[in-house]
Amino acid sequence: MASGEALTSSGYIVHHLTNLTVGHGFWTFHLDSLLVSGLLGLFAFVGMAKLAKKATSGVPGGLQTFVEMLVSFIDQQVKDTYHGKSPLVTPMAITIFVWVLLMNTMDLIPVDFIPLVLGWGGVHYFKSVPTTDPNLTFGMSLTVFAIMLIMGVKVKGVGGFLHEVFTVPFGAKMAPVNLLFRIIEDIAKPISLSLRLFGNMYAGEMVFILIALLGLWQLPLALPWALFHILIITLQAFVFMMLTIVYLSMASESHG
Amino acid sequence: MNINATLIGEAIWFGVFIWITMKYVWPPLAKAMADRQKLIADGLAAGERGKHELELAGKRSADALRDAKAKAADIITAAEKRGAQMVEEAKQVAKVEADKVVASAKAEIAQQVEQARAELRGRVADLAVAGAERILKREVDAKAHAEMLVALKQEL
Repeated sequence: MASGEALTSSGYIVHHLTNLTVGHGFWTFHLDSLLVSGLLGLFAFVGMAKLAKKATSGVPGGLQTFVEMLVSFIDQQVKDTYHGKSPLVTPMAITIFVWVLLMNTMDLIPVDFIPLVLGWGGVHYFKSVPTTDPNLTFGMSLTVFAIMLIMGVKVKGVGGFLHEVFTVPFGAKMAPVNLLFRIIEDIAKPISLSLRLFGNMYAGEMVFILIALLGLWQLPLALPWALFHILIITLQAFVFMMLTIVYLSMASESHG
Repeated sequence: MNINATLIGEAIWFGVFIWITMKYVWPPLAKAMADRQKLIADGLAAGERGKHELELAGKRSADALRDAKAKAADIITAAEKRGAQMVEEAKQVAKVEADKVVASAKAEIAQQVEQARAELRGRVADLAVAGAERILKREVDAKAHAEMLVALKQEL
């Protein structure tokens, strides 16, 4: 625990929820989020790329089988929902699921473990679960949003896209209403996408911290919550991926 | 919630990871899986074909076996027939041969009988002449009665 900080409950909680930052104002960087998410991503995707490079169509090894099972499962989800031809959707879904899953899994590391170890090295604040940082979830959801818009324009053309914005769902006579509806609908997408993930993981982390405050009682409580949390971890990664696929398929299909 | 430049950094990470997955992870894996699918499908088809061919071969071998059995039966029948025929022929030949031998033996016997008769005829004539010579010693002129004796000889 950080030296010089009061050993109160709220102090403990605040301490655990403070990012390791560098910079001021808007140009503040959460080093912990960037570092953990980056390292997990590099580990997963560079590892998968290395594995894919020597992937054989013959008898696959154990790791290849595992990765193939994972990506073909995701590909099946994409095929069921998205009927366009963009080669971007499946890789994007794979990226989202694997990355979010790994980042969420950081939640299962006991809350005091990483701050304790890093505390010996003089680092006093470290939030080890990147998905509890809204910057990450918004970074992802806004990227998805941008890709969604680009894909919509690319598939329907600028004219088709604008036509859809102004005429769906009430027809050309109600163009302003349609535009308003469309703006609300589209803004709701990235916000709900990112806040859902952030909220779930933040709340889960919070419960872990509260359990950790209970002293000896945390032992029988932390395990069931962790087991239950495994479900949330997987589910949230899946939901983020699935909604992204749905949004992209909506963007590339005509609304009527 | 403090939104700050971390958002940009995370978006960049996200973009980088999408790029890695799109370029280096998904295509080779998808290709490997598609290839394996084709390989398995081909293998299954080949297995099916092999099974079919085995069935055909079994049928063919059964046919061949049946033909061979029929042929062997034919051959045996023919051989038995031929054997009987040969025995028959041999019997025939033997009979002819035996007849020939018997005939030649009979002819020889007849010839010998004839020969013996001729010989005997000569001897009887001689004996008659000798007996007559003795009985008639002086009276009989051999030259005068020779003609009568020859006639007698012919009669015997």
